[in-house]
Amino acid sequence: MSKSDPTKPKRLAIIASKGTLDMAYIPFILGSTAAAMGWEVGIFFTFFGLTLLKPKIQASVTPLGNPAMPMKMPFGPKWFQNVVWPIPVFMMSIPGFQALATTLMKMTFKNSNVATIEELRDICIQFGARLIGCQMTMDVFGFKREDFIPQAEIAGAAAFLEYAGDADVSLCV
Amino acid sequence: MSSEGKTVLDLKGLLCPMPVVKISLAMKTVPVGGIVEATASDPGVVADIPAWARSSGNELVSLEKVGDREFRFLVKRLK
Repeated sequence: MSKSDPTKPKRLAIIASKGTLDMAYIPFILGSTAAAMGWEVGIFFTFFGLTLLKPKIQASVTPLGNPAMPMKMPFGPKWFQNVVWPIPVFMMSIPGFQALATTLMKMTFKNSNVATIEELRDICIQFGARLIGCQMTMDVFGFKREDFIPQAEIAGAAAFLEYAGDADVSLCV
Repeated sequence: MSSEGKTVLDLKGLLCPMPVVKISLAMKTVPVGGIVEATASDPGVVADIPAWARSSGNELVSLEKVGDREFRFLVKRLK
């Protein structure tokens, strides 16, 4: 039921330019949900989003420069899990802190039974969503076609804009 | 998981987008006119399942809250 043609399914276009763990969820959750709803889905991975097309996604996250990220422990009794720990910014640059924050965030998501990024990407692929790598930023950052999953396509901005031009929903993250 | 020819799904513990994804997959396994019954614990299904039904062109037969964090809904495949 797209706006322009009621007989065709709606079309979703997402530009994924970020590669951190928190920002990786957005395109894959929206993409998999839309695809499961029968929409046509195309996700254009550019800049740091290109890392989400690698077979093994190694996205990290850090509260450094991310003051909205709450520091809560995903283990222990309920009252303990509700404590928001005031971590001084300088501590966030200590070696190992980023890896710790990433591990804790993954644990938080696992506790709530949220699917992993790879699982969500598999769902997108299963439902026929198109995962497109940006040719230009691939060249800039030195990525090669073989670095990505086989289901990924490679295209440029014009090709994606042509797809997005008829999209009912266009998002950029 | 079938009772009286109806497919029954347990979606408890699954969060967005899994309920909608699983229902979508289950639709492919039933014939047109077939019914899928599911129980879920994600409060998001109250808005998500009707939206999925409208978007995918299937019918939401019923959706009710049957417990503190438990919802039961029936969907029928229309096409």
